Amino acid sequence: MRDFATLFAALDGTTKTTAKLAALTHYFRTAAEEDRLWTIALLSGRRPKRAVTATELREWAAEAAGLPLWLFEESYAMVGDLAETIALILPAAATEESPSLSDTIRALTALTGQPVAARKAAILGWWARLGTTERFLFNKLITGGFRMGVSQGLMTRALSTATGVDEAALAHRLMGDWQPATTSFQSLIRDEGEGTASRPYPFALASPLEEGPEALGDPADWHAEWKWDGIRGQLIHRPGLLALWSRGEELITDRFPEFAPLADFLPGGTVIDGEVLAWDRVNHRPLPFADLQKRIGRKTVPKKLLLEAPARLLAYDLLEDGGRDLRNSPFTERQARLAAILSDLPPDLPLSLSPPITCADWADLAATRQTARERQAEGLMLKRKSSPYFTGRKRGDWWKWKLDPFTLDAVMLYAQAGHGRRANLYTDFTFAVRDGNALVPFTKAYSGLTDAEFAEITRWVQKNTLERFGPVRRVPPELVFEIGFEGIQESPRHKSGIALRFPRMIRWRRDKPVDEIDTLDGLRDLLRATRA
Amino acid sequence: MAKDPVLTFTDRGIYCPAGDFFIDPWRPVDQALITHGHSDHARWGHRRYLATHQALPVMRHRLGQIEAQGIAYGESLRIGGVTVSFHPAGHIPGSAQIAVERSGEVWVVSGDYKVEPDGLAEAFAPVPCHAFISECTFGLPVFRWRPQAVVMNEVTDWWAANAAAGKVSILGAYSLGKAQRLLAGVGAVGPILTHGAVEQVNEILRNQGYDLPATIRAGQGVDGRTHPGALVIAPPSALGSAWARKFGPAEEAFASGWMAVRGIRRRRALGTGFVVSDHADFPGLLSAIRATGCERVFVTHGYTAPFRRFLAEQGYDAVIVATEYGEEPEEPVETIES
Repeated sequence: MRDFATLFAALDGTTKTTAKLAALTHYFRTAAEEDRLWTIALLSGRRPKRAVTATELREWAAEAAGLPLWLFEESYAMVGDLAETIALILPAAATEESPSLSDTIRALTALTGQPVAARKAAILGWWARLGTTERFLFNKLITGGFRMGVSQGLMTRALSTATGVDEAALAHRLMGDWQPATTSFQSLIRDEGEGTASRPYPFALASPLEEGPEALGDPADWHAEWKWDGIRGQLIHRPGLLALWSRGEELITDRFPEFAPLADFLPGGTVIDGEVLAWDRVNHRPLPFADLQKRIGRKTVPKKLLLEAPARLLAYDLLEDGGRDLRNSPFTERQARLAAILSDLPPDLPLSLSPPITCADWADLAATRQTARERQAEGLMLKRKSSPYFTGRKRGDWWKWKLDPFTLDAVMLYAQAGHGRRANLYTDFTFAVRDGNALVPFTKAYSGLTDAEFAEITRWVQKNTLERFGPVRRVPPELVFEIGFEGIQESPRHKSGIALRFPRMIRWRRDKPVDEIDTLDGLRDLLRATRA
Repeated sequence: MAKDPVLTFTDRGIYCPAGDFFIDPWRPVDQALITHGHSDHARWGHRRYLATHQALPVMRHRLGQIEAQGIAYGESLRIGGVTVSFHPAGHIPGSAQIAVERSGEVWVVSGDYKVEPDGLAEAFAPVPCHAFISECTFGLPVFRWRPQAVVMNEVTDWWAANAAAGKVSILGAYSLGKAQRLLAGVGAVGPILTHGAVEQVNEILRNQGYDLPATIRAGQGVDGRTHPGALVIAPPSALGSAWARKFGPAEEAFASGWMAVRGIRRRRALGTGFVVSDHADFPGLLSAIRATGCERVFVTHGYTAPFRRFLAEQGYDAVIVATEYGEEPEEPVETIES
């Protein structure tokens, strides 16, 4: 793991993209091929089969360090990362060994299914032989969640520089469900691997439009459509194969059995980009995201749910037509082909075109956008009519023009320290609204403030703690924040009876006294209004 | 029969009723015994100060005109009904633990301390006592320092690599103590430049006879062009500042015990962090407490709650005492910025 540890240290030790790129390129040129393959896998979110649970890791580490479990947990709360806590808390290794990354992973994989005693002995053995950094990386192999500040794009660029293989081709080859255990470095980058038939294309991503669209020029150059509140999906139909991929590169075909009949009607060699939604068949419109959510987590779907929340794919782009890669054709051309294919389908299939929105001018479009919530949409998408289907996020051609969030003012009741980069800073807050004389907690939020604001609040929390519950601190209800959120729904699981979608802090309202925060009645009114 | 305690904890600081003096008080008092010169321990405004001969020059420099008496390490001094003595704490040059003895009962105030000898500060010496008042800045078991020689080699290698790449190395370190410890411990790669705040302390310590390598005060006409490949030692607040940019192409690093935690290192957006602390690590705190043979421990600043509980589980009579000593471990942001 020495090469890998050196790479990690180089990536972790800099915030400069050029330095990261250089370190990755060097690694992809010099490390053992098998290790390169695993590094690509790890950096793209794959990980070896989990041989040990987090609970086992905690207990074994505390025992090996000769410490009570509660002290281990206190330490974990401060460090904010389980793998790192274990690496730091154990005494230094007497003699350090450095097996290769792939050998380490093979040994770890072999542990799955072994009796506890065998797994424990093996893990304790590794801990005793590895230096602190390598111990940390070893633990990360088990716990997952490698965050090295390397995007998929950066990794692909380094790999392209190191191997001479075209970057866009590589980006496509790295998609899908390839596994390092069943492929090799060369076949991965030279496109000889298995599973190529079902492999998705890299998704094109839009950038948020912060100001109005006026700066985009002539509205005639732009295609507008609703920004749906579902999950992004790529549907692939090739001979003998129908596959649905989520944007997280997860194969979700089996979770949506209603799409299976599409295989009988779509022409071979068709790849469609669209939005999976739970669909209201009576009113011909999407159901709220909460209904789709019931489907997402399920690998097998009960009949009842299929009836209550049937899925539909609203298609907005065509990436492959008759087996031909269309991604470099202009958007309008792809759109025309997509419309033609869809119009040939029987009307009862759960697949249709995401309707385009026509507008006279930008002001007209802005007015249409304001009606998005009534259609269960989050806002609008704007796509340049001449644009190709690009790889990843490329500013300028695709914009998401979301509605302004709902907002309300609430007071902080509890604070908890964050994890990772935010370990040791109080960043996770619970907020309350007023209900008569009482304060009712109704949401948590973690993001939206600057590091300096979090640091200031952290000092305040430390000086004003009323009570501690493990890592959580109760504070006096004094700090008021404007909370933004995208949606609201009923929730019997919450004390307040409601749950918010994407809550975050918009700003710290130092100017706002606590008795002027919003009320639970106000939230209930909003809930009724959005239901209507 | 319960005896009156030798020391009590007041809102002005640690107080000895039988001797009518305070130790490291944070509000103005008549008689202050000072463990060391850091500003959260040696504060301005007391009528009379007592500190080691080694600690006084920096205190006089920082506090201006003060009425102060010096005392040698190990020397006994009778004050009222008690005898006091100062013993090396290993924290920074001149730092002391203060022992207060009354009719055979000894209480020791540690101030800040570290157990590993650093080659510059007078090495920590355990003092047998009945009650020990201990800091616990790094009182969690994730804090385990590696031997100083190993870390100093890392600093030297970093400096050499930067110099080879034509860059200046700017190392952030507290100007009293940490800066000089690094100076004394780092290998000889090239010229060493210092920020004014560091150089002032260097001059004082050199005059006292502490052995420091030659340094040059950075400033007009002294930068990365006149001294290519130099190491620059500056207070942490200078990192990333306009002052630091004047050196030309440079790499920055920060030396602190907090750098042991990746999240803290990354939050500072600092490439390199060297784990160098002038406080005891977790094993160091435990070994220091054990070496005193004490039964009672009062824990002051740091991870007081878990550290106290752990000591209690080890059989100590352990109590948390609220003080106003800085370096709140839960506030590395503040610690780092100060």
